[in-house]
Amino acid sequence: MRHTISVLVTNEFGVLSRISGLFSGRGFNIESLSVAETFDPKISRMTIVTSGDDKVLEQINKQLNKLVNVIKVYDFTGEEHIERELALIKVNLTAETRAEILSIVDIFRAKVVDVSSRTYTIEITGDEEKIRAITELLRPFGIKELVRTGRVAMARSPKQR
Amino acid sequence: MTKKNGAEIFIECLLKEGVDTVFGFPGGAVLPIYDALYDSPLRHILVRHEQGAVHMADGYARASGKPGVVVVTSGPGATNTVTGIATAYMDSIPLVVFTGQVPTPLIGNDAFQEADIVGITRPCTKHNYLVKDIRDLPRIIKESFYIATTGRPGPVLVDIPKDVLTAALPDFKYPEKVHIESYQPNYKGHPGQIRKALDLILSSKRPVVYAGGGVVLSNASSELKAFSEKLGLPTTTTLMGLGAFPGTHPLFMGMLGMHGTYAANMAVMNTDCLVAVGARFDDRVTGKIDEFAPYAGIVHIDIDPTSISKNVKVDIPIVGDVRIVLKDLIKACPPIKGFKKGIQPWRDEIAGWSGTHRLSYKQDPKGKIKPQFVIDRLYELTGGDAIITTEVGQNQMWAAQFFKYDKARTFLTSGGLGTMGFGFPAAIGAQIAFPEKTVVDIAGDGSLQMNIQELATAVQYKLPVKVVILNNMVLGMVRQWQELFFQKRYSHTCISVAPDFVKLAEAYGAVGLRATRPGEVDRVLEKGLSVKDRPVLMDFRVDQFECVYPMVPAGQPLNKMLLV
Repeated sequence: MRHTISVLVTNEFGVLSRISGLFSGRGFNIESLSVAETFDPKISRMTIVTSGDDKVLEQINKQLNKLVNVIKVYDFTGEEHIERELALIKVNLTAETRAEILSIVDIFRAKVVDVSSRTYTIEITGDEEKIRAITELLRPFGIKELVRTGRVAMARSPKQR
Repeated sequence: MTKKNGAEIFIECLLKEGVDTVFGFPGGAVLPIYDALYDSPLRHILVRHEQGAVHMADGYARASGKPGVVVVTSGPGATNTVTGIATAYMDSIPLVVFTGQVPTPLIGNDAFQEADIVGITRPCTKHNYLVKDIRDLPRIIKESFYIATTGRPGPVLVDIPKDVLTAALPDFKYPEKVHIESYQPNYKGHPGQIRKALDLILSSKRPVVYAGGGVVLSNASSELKAFSEKLGLPTTTTLMGLGAFPGTHPLFMGMLGMHGTYAANMAVMNTDCLVAVGARFDDRVTGKIDEFAPYAGIVHIDIDPTSISKNVKVDIPIVGDVRIVLKDLIKACPPIKGFKKGIQPWRDEIAGWSGTHRLSYKQDPKGKIKPQFVIDRLYELTGGDAIITTEVGQNQMWAAQFFKYDKARTFLTSGGLGTMGFGFPAAIGAQIAFPEKTVVDIAGDGSLQMNIQELATAVQYKLPVKVVILNNMVLGMVRQWQELFFQKRYSHTCISVAPDFVKLAEAYGAVGLRATRPGEVDRVLEKGLSVKDRPVLMDFRVDQFECVYPMVPAGQPLNKMLLV
């Protein structure tokens, strides 16, 4: 089963490699990973999408907590939460396809953020399903490049995590 | 205030930390430290190989309970420490290893003697640091000792670039306290869990205590003894736990696991309540994991939450320091009317197993020396009053089986990593911690040669470390597996081309002795044990074909033992 885990870590060099090294060294999966500073510049948040059975997840949680740089680990599974991902999609363009692509962009509430005579670069934000759906619809036009940020997540409850 | 440079601050921090001895080897990047050492009160033991330094610090730490400290240079000096660090990491031994590093502007430039030791040791240290700024040095040193010695102990590495060592710091102050928000070990067990554990134990009819190295690390052996005695619980230990419970105690069943005793393994396979204390269900202990302790409710006391339910599903976990939890368990234990009587049939059953299948060997007085006989005699002649270290393999298992350890910190062995070459430098470290005690490395001829260069160190510091070589001219444990599981195809396990250990000892300025017949064993041991001013190599030419039994073949459940 897939899990989205939020890990608060001290914002120091080498922390990312401690986390990724832990996952590779113990044979845990990383499907996506996104890292950035939090509101407090001394703390970073990593959002990791991983998978495994309950036993594996329990170990992931405990092993992460054991790292000296890890302040808090939170598994969103089974909790009300919001997940988002951002993707940039560079898609081929012709005079005939322009309108159709724009209408897809419109339907998905995506944005065209760069344009050339032959391509559109589209920015889309949403959950994984939404990004997969637009990708499928744009595929026939020829996707030249696709960049995804990986998932970020936040609990819905007013409590601060 | 006078300005101190990084190297002087480094020495002062160690002194403030209460360090009396460091093990090390100089080199370019740590020259400033060695210069500051030159007129400091800190004792420095000059080793002959950096791996030896780490094992010595490790042996010192295991024997004394204090953290071991190592200083080496950058690049090869640092990489040579890796096996020693990994050894300490697997056995949770508190070490602080300081490595020199090339100056900060050169880091990443493939400079001379540069290695990314922080990157290399990340997975085998509890934590590690690269000091980028002289202002961070005192805090990092303070934190490194704190992290190494608290919670589940372990090695910490601190990498210090040369320019940090030469930089000046005008207002140096060693921090009094440590606060690391993200590192807060939990020492006290949950009272609810402690009650539940007692309920389970007191409702059992066939309880077993299974104690590991955590009991040694938390100095909990008297609490463990009190607990087992209070309830009359049959007790076994892991290899790492030997000495944590008295080896001669009537409740002691011997070690469990792959080369455990028949009684201990049968008890674990039949128990209805297994109390794991500071142990981690290693595969050499459990055998086939799905069939381990099949009838047992399991209580697991451990300071490290990751140990719990990692290999074996635990019914009642108690996260906390073993010593504190055992104390609380004893305190919370209600009157136990009838409990001891209720488990008497179980104890009788265990006594039966012990009686029918003792650890044994046959010494023909005219035949070859049996390795077990040498250990038996060593036990008798020392009266058990010695610190024993081991190498890895058959020598280690026989030392575990045939010497009785009544006190914690008297059996020092590389249990987790299984590092050949550990025992001799570890013995040197233990001897430095306890100059008056008898320290014996029970060695194989294979393992000993992996760190034999430290003979020079032992001679230099006049350390009377004894090395009992069970010399069978083969890599015995591997040979045993080839005999049992690889159709006696003895691929590359014969090491009969070896130095003459007596002459080798003499070449180094040590004492060399040899026994080739059973009748000579006592004489050699007595003579060896009497040497007080230099190391002794005792070369016992033992039976090459002796195997370690009982043996649970890898992947089999504990009750499928091969017996003698």
